[in-house]
Order: sequence, then structure tokens, then C-alpha cells
Amino acid sequence: MKGIFKIAAVSVLTVSASLALAAPKFAPAVVYDQAGKNDKSFNEAVYRNGVLRFAADFGPVVAEFEPQSETQMEQGLRRLAQKGRSPIIAIGFTFGSAVEKVAKEFPDLQFAIIDMVVDLPNVQSIVFAEHQGSFLVGALAAMASETDKVGFIGGMDIPLIRKFACGYAQGAKYVNYEVEVFENMTGTTPAAWGNPTKGAELAQAQISKGADVIFAAAGGTGIGVYQAAADAGVYAIGVDSNQNYMQPGTMLTSMLKRVGVAAYDSWKEARDGTWKGGFKVMDLTNGGVDWALDDYNSSLITADMKSWVEEIKADIKSGEIVVHDYMSTNSCEM
Amino acid sequence: MLDFWFSWVILPLDSMMRLSTPLVLLALAGMFSERSGVVNIALEGKLLAAAFASASAAAVTGSAWIGLLAAIATTIMVAMLHGFATITHKGDQIVSGMAINILVAGITVILGRLWFNQGGQTPNLRGDARFQGIDFPGAAWIQENVPFVGSVYGEILSGHSVMLYLAYLMVPISWYVLFHTRFGLRLRAVGENPAAVDTAGISVVAMRYKALVVCGILAGFAGTYLAIGGNTAQFMPNMSAGKGYIALAALIFGKWRPVQAMMGCFLFGLLEAYAIRLQGVEIMGIGTVPVQFIEMVPYVLTVVLLAGFIGRANPPKSVGVPYSKERE
Repeated sequence: MKGIFKIAAVSVLTVSASLALAAPKFAPAVVYDQAGKNDKSFNEAVYRNGVLRFAADFGPVVAEFEPQSETQMEQGLRRLAQKGRSPIIAIGFTFGSAVEKVAKEFPDLQFAIIDMVVDLPNVQSIVFAEHQGSFLVGALAAMASETDKVGFIGGMDIPLIRKFACGYAQGAKYVNYEVEVFENMTGTTPAAWGNPTKGAELAQAQISKGADVIFAAAGGTGIGVYQAAADAGVYAIGVDSNQNYMQPGTMLTSMLKRVGVAAYDSWKEARDGTWKGGFKVMDLTNGGVDWALDDYNSSLITADMKSWVEEIKADIKSGEIVVHDYMSTNSCEM
Repeated sequence: MLDFWFSWVILPLDSMMRLSTPLVLLALAGMFSERSGVVNIALEGKLLAAAFASASAAAVTGSAWIGLLAAIATTIMVAMLHGFATITHKGDQIVSGMAINILVAGITVILGRLWFNQGGQTPNLRGDARFQGIDFPGAAWIQENVPFVGSVYGEILSGHSVMLYLAYLMVPISWYVLFHTRFGLRLRAVGENPAAVDTAGISVVAMRYKALVVCGILAGFAGTYLAIGGNTAQFMPNMSAGKGYIALAALIFGKWRPVQAMMGCFLFGLLEAYAIRLQGVEIMGIGTVPVQFIEMVPYVLTVVLLAGFIGRANPPKSVGVPYSKERE
């Protein structure tokens, strides 16, 4: 009797081992962060350029989850994993510990996380070269500024946002060494992503010091910044999604972070069977970051500005300009 | 010198005016309800409900004034719900107040998603759909030509929306109503000794409901300022960001008196204004002060001031106690 059990146990083990080698069933999913999928910024970029585009190409197969609170983040991830969803893409660095935990529990499934590195074989860590994109919009800000003073308003004070600030300052100084860059952070807790009143006050403080272009990398707080800039008649620069439409006429441009494309690619790789875990960098060369030009801001960008910034872009791609990454040294070196 | 005066005195004071406005209105709202004996920890929820109602109504109708009316109607309803639980059914005032805060935080997002499909936000408003700044006559000229004092008129007093001026007008009005009318006397008496008021033939229940209506109206103004009267032009989830609790602290600070409560709100507003401006500034001999430290200052100061300098703040005697006649 015992022997039969042993044989059964061994055969179960071998079966599960062979299953682990094969790729899991393709059933893509996404978990947004607490801002929700229609945040006009980061999450919406995933929804519009990832989920909707994937649905148009391959049918509505992507399962979505929007956590309403911090506790739901890990739960939502685990629920999707229990249903055998794979690959599951988690949007944002706040999912770091949740992905690490759940990915360990479900080693047969594929996970991906944006803006964070989780070192597990079944996790794809997608990070962006925000410093390069910020360099471009910083350059544009310095070109558009008449006072030679430009501002940056960050959301929560974390290294990722310092990376934006540092790239922006480098870009502005590259175009005009004289330019002065004001830098403010909204706060030190996640509430700093959703405080438009404070964003507007920070913008007004910078405007009163002479800033006439302000770049906000602050999630929902940015809405207050764009409003204050529009009310004062100065330029603002959007972030993550193309936010040029939000205040037409005063939105100089937006720093694009193509999170949607990254999500789409990850799903597509899984579908084609070429999905690999590990580290993936989205930068200017593969179009992961960029600056936005559309009908809303085409009148604000002169031909000279456009050709100059495209030149800078080519130089960064070719390596002629090296943009310092704040997160590599935890300091901003110009 | 003139430059220093402008960026370190005038601009922070200007910013203080804007940051204190919702606090002042909320503190007054809380004052009416607490003076009548109803603890109002639900100010946060009422603020959020009003902000959502005003931004939604303004987005749909295109009129900021209709937004204000919608906000007032909404907050009166929320206040009546609070009253129904605490006055009619004699429930615990703090528990029901917290319940309202949680309810509103959720329901605004759900309705916002349902109606506008923008992740709980309402559409961005322009033109008449929001209250815009009013420039006083000759503000720019005086600011330019009269040194020091000119900027007080041109920058601090002028250029705000009508909602801000209405808010500060409410302070003397509230003071008059509370201390110089029969309604005010009865209201205060209900909060101190409801049994005596009842003996005099005045309905305690009716007085407390009336106080909550006044509270609702004032909270409606506060929410309207927050969403469409200041420097934002839309509603965002949880945009109240704890202002209701700070207003409550300012009310205690001001010992449940309108002018003193306004001063408490000014203190919080001014500290926040400086916190914003001190970021990344080099201070001689110290260097750059970390953001975290500056953010902490208002809260530490609150504790220190409340503990040491304000003295004893005596609440209305019957606050938090539902009134019941001994025999019915």
C-alpha cells in the first residue's frame, strides 16, 4: 500500500516538474495602482496604449483589477494568480513587495512589474530611462523660458522622482547654462500624488519667483500645477501620458513614458512564446520615453525648437550626450 | 529689501489667505454644531461631499453658483443624516461622524466614476463654471507705485475669488449670530445645559437640527471653495486631505469662538505657506533644510501650542451627549 503511494507521489512530482518547464497558459492580466485606470496619467497610459490596443489586435483577453486600497493590492494580484492568469503586469513601484511575494508563491506563472526591479526568474522588471525623457523636456523648457527660470514639482519625494528632476535640470542647463531650476516636492507620503491644492500653491510660489515653465511629475497633484500655470499664463509640462490636451495653449509638451507599449510588448511576447524574465530598460532608443508633439501644442513649439530638441535626442541615442541617472549614484551630478 | 519683503512676507500671507479659507469656513461650521452639543468629527466628510457636489453640478450646468447651491443642499442632507443618527436616535456622535467620513470618501469616487468616467475626477472647469479671481480697482497700479503697503492691497487683499471674501465675511456674521441674537443664545444654552433649555419650553431637538443646518450651509461653502473657488477647478478623490480635522483643531485652539478660531486657521495656513516656500532654500549657517523636517513643523507646533500656550480650552459642557428627557 505504502509503495503505491510512493509511486503516485513520485509521478505527481514528475508531472508537475514537466508542467513547470512549459510556458503557462496565455491569459494576460493587469493590476493598476490606487489612482485607478482613468487617472489621465500613468495608469491611463497602460489602459489606452496597452489594454485597448491589445484588445483591438487580439480580442478582449486582458483581465483588469483596480485596487481601492493598499490592502487590496496584494489580494488582487493573488486572486489573478490563483485564477491562473499569466502574464500579470503590476503597474507601479508600490507593487514591489506584493509582486515579490506572489511571484514566489506561483513560480509557474509570469509576472511583470513597471518602475521596479524584482529579482526572480518569473518576473520581468520593466524600468524606464526617465532621465532621458526629462532631459528633452528640460531642454524645451529652457528654450521656451523668457525669464531663464524654470520649475520642477515632484510628487512623493522618492529616488524615482529625483531622477525626473535631475534629468530635467540637466536638459535645461544643457540648452542654457544660465538657467535657474527651482525644485519642489509635494510631500513624503503617497498622499503627495493626489493633492492638487498644494500643487497649485507650489506652482504659484515658483511663478512668483519668476519661473515661466513648470514640469510636474506628481500624478494627480499635477492637475493643480497645470491649472495654476494656465491661470497665471505660464507654461506647464505634463508627464507619463500625453497631457497636452488638459490645458490647451499653456501645456508646452509632455514627457511621455510609454508604459502602455511596455505592457503590450510583454503580453505579446508571452503570446508568441518569447517571454523572458529579467531586466528590461525602455529608453529613447526603443521609444520607451519621448516628448509629445500634437495639435494642442504645435503652435507653442517653433521649428527651431523642434529641430534642436530632435538633434539632442539623436545625440543622446548615439551616446554623444550622456544623461546622468540619479538612481545610479543617488545624487544629481551635472 | 523690497524683494525680501515681497517674497517672504507678502507672498506667504497671500498664500495663507487661500489656504486658510476652507479651514475658516469649516471651523465656523463646526462651531455651530459643537456649540449646540453635537461633536462634529464629520467635517472632513461634509467638506468632501460639498466639493464633489459643487464640481459635479458646475460641470453639468456650467454655472459656479449652481455648484454652490448643490453643495449646500448636499451638505445639509449629510448634516441631517448626522442629526438623524445623533439627535433623533441618540447615537454616538463620534462613531456616526466617522461613519459619514468613510461613507463620503467612498460614495464620491463611485458616483464620480459612474457619471464622468474619469477615475473619480470630475471634468476640468473653465470660465463661468468656476469662481475666478476678482481684481480690486487700481490693484496693479497701487502695488507698483506704493512701496511695502501697496502690495498688501494689491497682492494679499485683491485677486481672490468671491468665495474667499464671502468666507471671511462669515466670521463677523457668525460672531453676531452666536453672541447677539436670540437664536445664538438658545444655541449656546443647548450646548451647555439642554435640560434648562427644555424646561424653558424650547425644543432641544429642534435647536440642534437648526444648528446642523447652519453647519451644513457653511460646510457647503467650504467645499465649493476647495473644488471650484480656489486654485483648483475640479474634484479629485480625497481632495479634502485632512482639512476637516485641522479645522476641528483650529476650533479647539480658538476655544469655540469665531475670531479666535479664524486666528487658529491663519496659523495653520501660514505654517503651510512657509513650509511650501522653505523647501530647498539655503538658510545661513544651517544649509538646506530637509523637506521632511519642514513638513513636520506645523504638526509639532500644534502639539506644543495646544499643550503649553493656549491654556485650557473648555468645550461646551454638553458636547457629545445626546439629550434625552428623563421621562417621556
